Amino acid sequence: MSLALDALTFLAVAAGGFFFLAGTVGLLRFPDTLSRLHALTKADNLGLGLIVLGLLFQMEDPFAALKLVAVWLLTLLAGGAVTQLIAHAALGGRSAGVTT
Amino acid sequence: MADFLLVAASFVLATVAVGLVRILRGPDKADRIMAAQLLGTGGIATLLLLAQATSVPAAVDVALILALLAVFISVAFVKKGVIRSQMEGA
Repeated sequence: MSLALDALTFLAVAAGGFFFLAGTVGLLRFPDTLSRLHALTKADNLGLGLIVLGLLFQMEDPFAALKLVAVWLLTLLAGGAVTQLIAHAALGGRSAGVTT
Repeated sequence: MADFLLVAASFVLATVAVGLVRILRGPDKADRIMAAQLLGTGGIATLLLLAQATSVPAAVDVALILALLAVFISVAFVKKGVIRSQMEGA
């Protein structure tokens, strides 16, 4: 049982690390601001989410596990809101999605 | 398992540190703030992994504070742009 949980942790944390790597590569290699923003949000939401998921399998205390989920939800909520604001600022006040 | 989590923590920290090159290169201010945002998220992930690997549960609280501060950075950045455009408009 413990071995299976360890394997799940290994898989999820490794996948999370991969998404952080992908986020960094995207941030450095993508050609324009908005596509870089896209790469960044992948690392934010999926990378951290998978790492939290992996750590959940190791938790003995349900409240500590709940706290980890709370950290992830806060990041998700903040990331979603802030990314919209940054995109708006990057477009110089024009509304996102409208290209002229 | 603790060893693997430590390796994962160093890996995430290393990738995020490489991402900081974007702060130097710019070109836009938004690009720079994005690298700082990635550092915030990567820092949270690193702290959570360290908390489990070294059995220091207090590190989760530090991660929670980092999550809050990362939001304030970006909000301050966006707010600055809004205030400037209002001043230019007046």
